[in-house]
Amino acid sequence: MTKLALPERILMNIDKPARYIGNEVNIVKKDLSNIDLRIAMCFPDVYEIGMSYLGLQILYDMFNKRQDTYCERVFSPWPDLDKVMREEDIKLFTLETQSPIMDMDMLGITIQYEMCYTNILQILELSGIPLYSKDRNKGMPIVIGGGPCTVNPEPIADFFDMFYIGEGETSYDELLELIKVYKNTDMNKEEFLRKASNIPGIYVPSMYIISYNEDGTIKEITTKYDDISKTIKRQVVTDFNEVSYPLAPVVPYIKATQDRVVLEIMRGCIRGCRFCQAGMIYRPTRQKDVEMLKKYARAMLDNTGYEEISLSSLSSSDYECLDELLTYLISLKDEDHVNVSLPSLRIDAFSLNVMSKVQDIKKSSLTFAAEAGTQRLRNVINKGITEEDILNGSRQAFIGGWDKVKLYFMLGLPTETDEDLLGIAELAEKISEEYFDAVPKEKRNGRVMINASASYFVPKPFTPFQWAPMILPEEFTRRAYYVKDSFMQQKNKKSLKFTYHDAYISILEGVLARGDRRLSKTIYDVYKKGAIFDAWTEYFDMGRYKDTFAENGVDIEFYTARERDITEVLPWDHIDAGVTKKFLIAEWERAKGETVTPNCRMNCSGCGSAIYGGGVCFEAKN
Amino acid sequence: MKLRIKYTKTGVLRFIGHLDIMRLFQKAIRRAKLDVAYSKGFSPHQIISFAAPMPLGMTSEGEYFDGDFESITSTEDMINRLNSTMPEGVKVLDIVQLQEGAKPSMSVVTASDYYIYKNEECKNDFLQQLIANIDSFMSQETIEIIKKTKTKEEMSDIKPGIYKLEKKDDGIYMLLASGSVLNLKPELVVEALCKYSKLEYNRYDYMVHRLETYMGEKDNLKSLIEAGNRF
Repeated sequence: MTKLALPERILMNIDKPARYIGNEVNIVKKDLSNIDLRIAMCFPDVYEIGMSYLGLQILYDMFNKRQDTYCERVFSPWPDLDKVMREEDIKLFTLETQSPIMDMDMLGITIQYEMCYTNILQILELSGIPLYSKDRNKGMPIVIGGGPCTVNPEPIADFFDMFYIGEGETSYDELLELIKVYKNTDMNKEEFLRKASNIPGIYVPSMYIISYNEDGTIKEITTKYDDISKTIKRQVVTDFNEVSYPLAPVVPYIKATQDRVVLEIMRGCIRGCRFCQAGMIYRPTRQKDVEMLKKYARAMLDNTGYEEISLSSLSSSDYECLDELLTYLISLKDEDHVNVSLPSLRIDAFSLNVMSKVQDIKKSSLTFAAEAGTQRLRNVINKGITEEDILNGSRQAFIGGWDKVKLYFMLGLPTETDEDLLGIAELAEKISEEYFDAVPKEKRNGRVMINASASYFVPKPFTPFQWAPMILPEEFTRRAYYVKDSFMQQKNKKSLKFTYHDAYISILEGVLARGDRRLSKTIYDVYKKGAIFDAWTEYFDMGRYKDTFAENGVDIEFYTARERDITEVLPWDHIDAGVTKKFLIAEWERAKGETVTPNCRMNCSGCGSAIYGGGVCFEAKN
Repeated sequence: MKLRIKYTKTGVLRFIGHLDIMRLFQKAIRRAKLDVAYSKGFSPHQIISFAAPMPLGMTSEGEYFDGDFESITSTEDMINRLNSTMPEGVKVLDIVQLQEGAKPSMSVVTASDYYIYKNEECKNDFLQQLIANIDSFMSQETIEIIKKTKTKEEMSDIKPGIYKLEKKDDGIYMLLASGSVLNLKPELVVEALCKYSKLEYNRYDYMVHRLETYMGEKDNLKSLIEAGNRF
């Protein structure tokens, strides 16, 4: 029987103690006496969020396939436990063996969003690990970061020994072998880091020196030694059918956010929307074999007992065997009571037919990610959907019995004008008119509802908008009110609803997304003032951030509102994400010219990702 | 076919709440490939129902749920299939087939017995003091506690719900009313005994272990498993 790290006294007085006891179905148990390498994989947010993340389950499974390695999990203690651990000096522990994190050889932290940066410091501090990499010595766990935020990890560079840039399935073995040597010989930390930085995809921030111009922009990024590579190449799985996949994922006791089997069908996206970082940094698009996916689906359902399965990809409608896969999954519904939870699909006759089989039409709504209110602006952002697509799709759906539509928009996209804002309300109005036109009076029950929501556009690294200014929060609020007012002026206003997101979380996201290494100090300071769980509105305090930025002499608008020149050295210029700067500049120019770029299957745009030698770049040649 | 399943919940699973244990069994039944019946409608669910909810922190070797099955094999086979897919801490002990028209476990429960023992982490010997006071505690005509509801607090006599309260080994054995007619939680008895003994009460100083869940009259209690037969 596992001995728990936390005493009864504490577990009985905190919310959801099940977050901290491990022992779930499908966890890996190993005899520690046969283990050379101990790893803790961390998602720096609460258990229910972290356990919903597929990437963690993939790496957990992959590391544990190695006989000499034992990978365990750790998540952020919720603030109630955080407080008790600090008061009583209890050290953070892994779930599987309830061992101190300090006993691990490596602590891997996946970094999915900027708002978790303070939680990373929480994890380190509660583990008793010094926060800055430079203050850690050889006996301590190697702290390594991974995940999408690592394409620009500069704001948190000082806290990590290294980052793994790209897809974890490719280069980890080489690193783990090096850690074993480091551990079992008298190799010192500097030697180890220098050797590690020669492994493909491994970025050791301390091996790179950043110098600045007087105006605050970066002057130069140089390496500490001559043998350190000038750029770090993002790692990509070439043969996507040969990659490790967890067929028996760990099943939480408590309801996780993603409480179902997740089947990854495709990585990358052919669309090339210019605001979308994922669409750029996961290139090239790679698909999994449909027969293999069917087998995976069956095995995962059998091994977990889940009653629901969902598909994971950036754009499932672009998966070429989607019909066949969905037909198979729907057959499981009849024979085995498996619910299929559909990702956002392009709305057409096929998807409506599938949806009507797996959803209660009266309760579900259709979603269109229109992103912008006019065709002009959709061309700027290269969003392939047209007004006609949306109106036709809605009409068919209304005829099929749906009466709820969700629309997603962003405010503050480059070149946006009041006309584009007005377009949002007008598009919603036109959709409602389709309903009244398509559905005769006697067939209408209740009211058609068009729910539009808008978020605040945040420019991200490695997108064509990485040079673009972010609008100021006051301007965001003005635009949001403008849209709200235009909704009130529509004829069917009673069927239309418009909501928008909180501006300040996006501002912080904007600073951190394109920030540089100088921000580490601010993140450290704001954490020391008590900031954790910033992704949770009940804990996020913009005032605390503003004060801390001011104390550190950081100008928020330098990072958010400034249009960068394409010649400027960007904080992430030493990272090679696959897409070339040349391509991004060309796309930035085409955006300004309101020119659409065709998707990867229609025409290769030469983004640079073909160098990886796989996926959509070679589909036609297979 | 209606089956009644008896199981244990021990060890670290004491921190898994009642609803999550239900979800655990729903998944385990699917992993074990048992032919459970589903409700009709757009989102079908397994037709299973649990006898008595179990509070967080309590362990048990006498938990029950009932389930409708489309087809069954044998008691032994079904026990083995479920246990081969259970996490450490949950073990199916027995499965019986209920008569047609048998009342669901939830509605027939009348009593449960418990063993209260000291949490190893607890430094003081409060439990020995409680044991010493059992006889005089039970000799009171009434045992009043303050019962808090959402809107008000009122006095309530818990003595009618205490069927047995006695020393056993180094702990306390208690048989208490349970179910829809009269329900008494073991924690309330320990709390009342603490108050009577003028000792500070902390839930985490002691452990509660349910031994069995019963049906029938107070002086003729039967285990819930006796409602059916092995198959």
